[in-house]
Amino acid sequence: MKETVEFAAQSPDVEQPYAELGLKKDEYQQIKEVLGRRPTSAELAMYSVMWSEHCSYKSSKVHLRKFGENVTDEMKENLLVGIGENAGVVDIGDGWAVTFKVESHNSPSYVEPYQGAATGVGGIVRDIISMGARPVAVMDQLRFGAIDHPDTARVLPGVVGGISGYGNSLGLPNIGGETVFDSSYQGNPLVNALAVGVMRHEHIRLANASGTGNKVVLFGARTGGDGIGGASILASESFDDSKPSKRPAVQVGDPFAEKVLIECCLELFRAGTVEGIQDLGAAGISCATSELASNGDGGMHVNLEEVLLRDPTLTPEEILMSESQERMMAVVRPDKLDEFLAITDKWEVEASVLGEVTDTGRLVIEWQGDIIVDVPPRSVAHDGPVYDRPMSRPSWTEATRANTVDAAGLAKPATDDELRQTVLDLAASPNLCAKDWITSQFDRYVQGNTALAFPDDAGVIRVDEETGRGIALATDANGRFSYLDPALGAQLALAEAHRNIVTAGARPLAVTDCLNFGSPEDPEIMWQFAQTVEGLSSACVDFGIPVTGGNVSMYNQTGTTAIHPTPVVGVLGVFDDVLRATPSGWRSPGQTIYLLGTTQDELDGSAWADVVHGHLGGVPPQYRPEDEKLLGEILINASRDGMIDAAHDLSEGGLAQALVESALRWGTGARIWVTELLERDGIDLFTALYSESTARAIVAVPRSEEVRFSDMCTARGIPFVRIGMTDVGDDEHPNALEFVDHFSIGLEELAAAHQGTLPRQFG
Amino acid sequence: MSARVAMDTATPLVGGTGETGTIPGAQELTIGVVQFPGSLDERDAMRAVTLSGAQAVALWHGSESLFGVDAVILPGGFSYGDYLRCGAIARFAPLMTAVVDAAKGGMPVLGICNGFQVLCESHLLPGALIRNDHQKFVCRDQDLVIENAETAWTRDFAAGQTITIPLKNGEGGFVADTPTLDRLEGEGRVIARYHELNPNGSQRDIAGITNEAGNVVGLMPHPEHAVEAGFGTDSALGMRAGVDGQPFFTSVLTSLLQK
Repeated sequence: MKETVEFAAQSPDVEQPYAELGLKKDEYQQIKEVLGRRPTSAELAMYSVMWSEHCSYKSSKVHLRKFGENVTDEMKENLLVGIGENAGVVDIGDGWAVTFKVESHNSPSYVEPYQGAATGVGGIVRDIISMGARPVAVMDQLRFGAIDHPDTARVLPGVVGGISGYGNSLGLPNIGGETVFDSSYQGNPLVNALAVGVMRHEHIRLANASGTGNKVVLFGARTGGDGIGGASILASESFDDSKPSKRPAVQVGDPFAEKVLIECCLELFRAGTVEGIQDLGAAGISCATSELASNGDGGMHVNLEEVLLRDPTLTPEEILMSESQERMMAVVRPDKLDEFLAITDKWEVEASVLGEVTDTGRLVIEWQGDIIVDVPPRSVAHDGPVYDRPMSRPSWTEATRANTVDAAGLAKPATDDELRQTVLDLAASPNLCAKDWITSQFDRYVQGNTALAFPDDAGVIRVDEETGRGIALATDANGRFSYLDPALGAQLALAEAHRNIVTAGARPLAVTDCLNFGSPEDPEIMWQFAQTVEGLSSACVDFGIPVTGGNVSMYNQTGTTAIHPTPVVGVLGVFDDVLRATPSGWRSPGQTIYLLGTTQDELDGSAWADVVHGHLGGVPPQYRPEDEKLLGEILINASRDGMIDAAHDLSEGGLAQALVESALRWGTGARIWVTELLERDGIDLFTALYSESTARAIVAVPRSEEVRFSDMCTARGIPFVRIGMTDVGDDEHPNALEFVDHFSIGLEELAAAHQGTLPRQFG
Repeated sequence: MSARVAMDTATPLVGGTGETGTIPGAQELTIGVVQFPGSLDERDAMRAVTLSGAQAVALWHGSESLFGVDAVILPGGFSYGDYLRCGAIARFAPLMTAVVDAAKGGMPVLGICNGFQVLCESHLLPGALIRNDHQKFVCRDQDLVIENAETAWTRDFAAGQTITIPLKNGEGGFVADTPTLDRLEGEGRVIARYHELNPNGSQRDIAGITNEAGNVVGLMPHPEHAVEAGFGTDSALGMRAGVDGQPFFTSVLTSLLQK
């Protein structure tokens, strides 16, 4: 008997595999109530993927509302499109709009690192195109297990290869990102991908199906059996060794098809042939049809036989669930259809008309003459289950917070020689070492608009070639801080991303986030999540910049072991002219190095505690939004008025690591003297070098600008102290990073330590 | 199919500054940049042409006409995904018949990266480009020594000059049989060699070669990414201030104007 709507109504007692599809019993009941009958197998497939955690945000929704509630007028000022669309859109001036978003592709990248990471890039780029924008850059935020764990040797090269192979083929510069190693990610690596696109205001496109009689067109790659239930199922369950391998569920990417699809879409937009558009990602056609219909006039009639297939044996359920990549769905006015199809023909992109928009308020899907789906689209796309899951503050929190660096009695370097060795060890440590082995596999030049890229603090892209107007992007997350205090960790993540943007000289405008957590069914994880949202949304208010879009990834855990809470926070900034961007490295000798901000004894959760002692306890550094904003004013003004030649923010690894990176960027050393700093802040040399106090940066000021710069700092009341002078050495003194009266490290030795780690590990 | 269709796809991000360059008469010259499906650097090549003072014309691979352009650039990218062999499918594009004929008639043709691969597949240049010896894609600021400063695309350099331009490829290892390599060297047809570091295992450090007539040049690194201060390579002048790629684009204008 065919699984038609008619048959389903007549056969209420047929047993259905809702549990295998990931639906809970009460969720299945809820579907029956919505439909007034049992669902057909096709409907069950649709609800199961759309009501998965990955697609429905059912555990996170109640908390995510905070981002919408805590919005001030200041935050709305530059917002053209907010959360809810494929990606938020921000006004950057002169009629230009920018859309950006970070998203996770964690589980697929663990199962199949190359394809998982590749299709992660593909998915986020299609999100950006769906807004009508031309993608202009990508970044990746990566978390792996211990650097020397055998599985890291499997996962990391695959992930990097996938991003390289797919991203480079799209012609999108990769301008930044993060790579972090921590054993908490063993078995649950995080692969987040960010994409940014630009458009003129009038070209913004939204995902909705309006206008009865308009055609629904599926175009791009053919639909195949890859990724059936892929992202949705994979991302909604934790890995468990007792279940069979999930390898076939990971989608396979075709970057060439995506590149052609990008160009084709942009030409379709320019020709004015598209009323509404939606990319096909997780949950494939189920998602695209239900979301388009639910955002539009509310009805759609589709004939599933019109879907072009790679594998003709696919069942309707599989077609609805398939997550084949490089596909888009557009809503097209009948009088524009010929023009639309002429453009897809030109790009040799296959397209088929699946059906049309209706005013019935129902999403109806037909298969071989029978109706197999007849549902209210909102019930699939938007009105799924919402859980206010139980939360509890983890029992270990107090003990962990009491276990500070001092309480644990961690040994600190006692002599200058020991401190010298600490600087080398930290510079070579997996999380602070040079990432060239990874970033040199990414194309940072394509499109010719990259003004700044890794290893500088932010990636900077020119948007307008006439004026030089452009954008800066940076992302950050410190899982160690979030583990110790999730609310504070989220605030610190935003503060650091903000600091990176202002260090480059850009004015921060908007935020995107990818919240990576363990299982929401664990009350302690749920507490971490709620705390994180609380912290991040309050920080957005503090900084006056809104979250415009993002993603939640749950179930990143193996057994009962969850990852550190990892809220990846991306900040977008704007430049009037990107040629003003400030680099992180020193170029010229004889420039004065100033440290802006003050240093407290804040070593808990620091890179030093991790690298030297494997210790994680205590209280993260203080969050100081007012100081951060003042620092931002100083750095933005200094950049705009040409007062500084270099600036680098202080974060993991503190002052020492910032000095190391600025010196090695272009091989210019420095002589550093710290007496004044130690006296002013009442700290010792080790604390000065490795404390991770926030709201700090170092700048290099040319002689000619010193008076102007110090006058500005004095007038604005920011603490600043002269700590050294850039220096390339001479016949008698080597080019070195010298801490006067303490120790000196030649740049060659320093570079060997900093740059040797990844090649030694990964070849 | 109109050849100029693809020009629309180049706006609004191309060639903004509108500078006309310093070579008198250059603004009358048109340089075609071919867009294959999967081309990536065509807009960068067009910007480089514009900045050198000539007019850039987007040419569509499906066209059969060169529309009267004075020279042609085959840009970088992954034409047809490079799925069979780099450049192997692009070589059969309708426009390539016209390009090959024009090249044989003396028209200057520059193939950059994927374009170099297309020129080899089209037999306008000898040899082939294979996967980098270290098996990874590589993107870096690369030093080159210009060995032949007499071709249509290198005459504004001095022989022996060292330049820095971006290199980014996965399949950039130049290979040919020994007699071919010996002939290329003997005839002075190696136009540029990798300096100090060979980034991809190219035989005899070859980064670029020319045909016997010197009008067709294939180059693995990307001069079009080093033509504009602020967006080029890091150089002694400043961050991303390197514009060592510019002479490739002015050379061809000099050549054309001297005809």
